[in-house]
Amino acid sequence: MTTITDPPRQSFQLSMLLNDTRYRSFTFQAIALILLIVAIAYLASNLARNLEQAGLNISYEFLRNPAGYDINQTLIPYDSQSSNLQAAWVGILNTLLVAFLACITATVLGVVAGVLRLSNNWLVSKLMSFYVEIFRNIPVLIWIIIIFTIMTAVLPAPRAFRGDEPAASMLFGSFAFTNRGIYIPGPQLANPLFAATALNWVLVLLVLVGSSFGSRALSRWATAKQEATGLRPTTWYWTLAIWFVPVVVLLAIMGLSWEYPALKGFNFSGGIKIGGPLIALWFALSVYTGAFIAENVRAGIQAISKGQTEAAASLGLRPGRVMNLVVLPQALRVIIPPLISQYLNITKNSSLAIAVGYADITATLGGITLNQTGRAIECVLLLMLFYLTISLAISFVMNIYNNAVKLKER
Amino acid sequence: MKKSVFLGALTVAGLAAAAAAAGTVDDVKARGKLNCGVTTGLVGFAAPDANGEWNGFDVAVCRGVAAAVLGDPAAVEFVPTTGKTRFTALASGEIDMLARNTTWTFSRDVDLKFTFVGVNYYDGQGFMVPKDLGVSSAKELDGATVCIQTGTTTELNLADFFRSNNISYEPVPIETNAEAQQQYLAGACDVYTTDASGLAATRATFEDPAAHVLLPEIISKEPLGPLVRHGDNEWGDVVRWTLNALITAEELGVTSANIGEMAAGTNNPEINRLLGTEGTLGEMLGLDAEWAKRAIMAGGNYGEIFAKNIGEDTPIGLARGLNAQWTEGGLLYSPPFR
Repeated sequence: MTTITDPPRQSFQLSMLLNDTRYRSFTFQAIALILLIVAIAYLASNLARNLEQAGLNISYEFLRNPAGYDINQTLIPYDSQSSNLQAAWVGILNTLLVAFLACITATVLGVVAGVLRLSNNWLVSKLMSFYVEIFRNIPVLIWIIIIFTIMTAVLPAPRAFRGDEPAASMLFGSFAFTNRGIYIPGPQLANPLFAATALNWVLVLLVLVGSSFGSRALSRWATAKQEATGLRPTTWYWTLAIWFVPVVVLLAIMGLSWEYPALKGFNFSGGIKIGGPLIALWFALSVYTGAFIAENVRAGIQAISKGQTEAAASLGLRPGRVMNLVVLPQALRVIIPPLISQYLNITKNSSLAIAVGYADITATLGGITLNQTGRAIECVLLLMLFYLTISLAISFVMNIYNNAVKLKER
Repeated sequence: MKKSVFLGALTVAGLAAAAAAAGTVDDVKARGKLNCGVTTGLVGFAAPDANGEWNGFDVAVCRGVAAAVLGDPAAVEFVPTTGKTRFTALASGEIDMLARNTTWTFSRDVDLKFTFVGVNYYDGQGFMVPKDLGVSSAKELDGATVCIQTGTTTELNLADFFRSNNISYEPVPIETNAEAQQQYLAGACDVYTTDASGLAATRATFEDPAAHVLLPEIISKEPLGPLVRHGDNEWGDVVRWTLNALITAEELGVTSANIGEMAAGTNNPEINRLLGTEGTLGEMLGLDAEWAKRAIMAGGNYGEIFAKNIGEDTPIGLARGLNAQWTEGGLLYSPPFR
């Protein structure tokens, strides 16, 4: 009879840290960590010592001082007497604006180009690969500058619109394309419900959100009905009504009218101005990143086995429906993760705004404020914090979406 | 990869510590070259010519210092800096001195820790507009779009001027003078504003300079001068007194043409002290006796440098105005060489 006993427990010895494979990796990781900490500490103390030697210190006092400069695109109230902090907020909002706009247009552009690149039509698919190869292989900074330069050189200056026989005229009498930007009619409310203009528009937005829930509910009802009876009730006029009636009624109550841009003095005034730098940056980021997204979309679609398409086709679905109902939903789980990095790239690339004088956070806080106050380290640290926060926030939101569309394993 | 970045960072940190320790005069002598920060290109003040040779009013100061310290006016490494990069370049030790039409202000001197060694050009901020705009005063610029170099004092002056006159404007921030010129000529902005000397220099390069006018308002004081880092007074003295030597030479009538004969000795003791035939001024400065002579020979005295680069006979065509010697009603007043 034999008994199996546990091997004798060997007591821990210091030499085992190196000789025993169970511990060795921990040893090296600990050493690496210590070295890293020492290095960072050395650099930090070096910085502190050099700053002290130069008689400088780290202080964020300057954020409260008046900025002293003006900004050409401000989404929130700002003048030259506002604080540096307010200038930073103006920059943050401008960054978010252009990033948001570019993410939307790049996605639309990318999905369309990606799908068309797989088209059976030779001309269409070659045109799309031409687009992808041209735009993603030239640095985005060059695109921004090219687009901006072409805009300023080709479009007329506002003074060309002046005189009895102007060299340029407005499109439909209400859109002015100038080399300083595009002026479009702006909505005006004659009898707003709230004193603050922004609140009125928030109300409009809320109504639209309500409409979207309404139309969703309608479509769910129609689906339920279809599953019960096999016939889908016609709902499109109801959907239209749900979308438009509440908004139109609300706007009519508030007395919506349009304010047209008109040439006054040196520039157009009235209406909404979409500045040249914003257009150049938005457009360049969209077409550049759109090319990358197109490749992601193509990869996603090609990852779906051909059998899916054939099965769907054999059920009698038309090619458009095959794409929308069968292929794209499955492709999304491949497309979304790289799409997140493209969104992050757009946000980070928007810091190239300074090349065309767009007042983003890098231009206000990291540019003019840094320069006028000389607080380089402080400003750059704040910038890093901002971009990190925004990038993590985008990743967070997109990961939630990714979890919603990824393959459910039950 | 990670390791090499890390080692690189350590090296940079180590070098930075070393640069802070030694004196700049010794560094420059050991290197055999003066690193001088200039503009990225402003004709008349600092711009490379067809042969890649840097020329101009600010460049002449760099060459003067190089001649005084190293004995060779060509021993200069010109580092082009923008309005935004110039102070970081100087503070980090990348350049030894900055001669880049930079305005001497309280905060740059006290808060950014730089030493302005003097003024080589008394300037003021002006406005340039196309003539066909029909504007005759800056106060008529309500609602105008203004091109402005970002990171400069002019940016703040502009905001102050429009606010105090209760008129509005739209700024177009621009990195370099060349970019501003392009935007202005394309009509993307109605007005270009910077130091009046810079406007004159920019206008001189236009195809049709007569189609553009400088408005009469000068809205600020802009004393432009070379600067060095705080904390190295010996180096500051060298640059300061080189500039003063150029100014004094004009006052005393020492030119690049007659310096040879004057260096043989004159009956004016101050000239003798300046040129090193009397006294030990050079030695006090840590240089040899002929430092000032070489600085003057590099490009002539202040008046010659002015006339050659930006004076009335050049396309830029600036009058001496405030920049005349004090004896002729200007503000140039060098402390005595004694």
